[in-house]
Amino acid sequence: MLPRRLLVILLLATAVLAGSLVYRRRAMRQRERVDLYAQDGSMVSMPGSSPDAAELLWLARELLAQP
Amino acid sequence: MDATQALSDLKEISSQVVDVVILEPDGSMLASTLGGEQAGRFAERVTKLVARADSARAVRGLPDLSQLEVATLEGSVFAVRGGERLIAATTRPDPTVGLVFYDLKHCLRTVDELAEQKAKPRRRGKTDASA
Repeated sequence: MLPRRLLVILLLATAVLAGSLVYRRRAMRQRERVDLYAQDGSMVSMPGSSPDAAELLWLARELLAQP
Repeated sequence: MDATQALSDLKEISSQVVDVVILEPDGSMLASTLGGEQAGRFAERVTKLVARADSARAVRGLPDLSQLEVATLEGSVFAVRGGERLIAATTRPDPTVGLVFYDLKHCLRTVDELAEQKAKPRRRGKTDASA
């Protein structure tokens, strides 16, 4: 049987790994966005999670997937 | 040099750019790095994307759209309107945004200049016929 101390270390390491994976995944999702620039120099940035950006992201993925 | 050559130069300069298309004001394709049916499909999808982005812009009360970037995990799609024409490109993930916009604008300017030169009537060693 594993010593208690080793078990704690293993559990901690697993928790850190899982946490970093979740964080990384969320950070990756946040990289998805739509930036619209107008003629007057103003700009609107829509995060990938926003419903307005969803269709544009889908169309962009179609373009990127084109062989 | 023509529009196709301008696109080849763009691809040579910008390693981040994958596929490019230039559209005329009426939506027809002027030039593309893709060929045949693929180019047509690409142009069609770009038109759709820009139209959808234009609606999103109008909803927000923004003035006319000059450029856009749609960033996904697989890569980005850029579009720039310059003069009457539109240039759109796909890139690899995490592109240098400012650089891609600069290169696309430069390419579009080159194409516009070429079109202007073509449209200008050629001056020939004209002499006054009445003389």
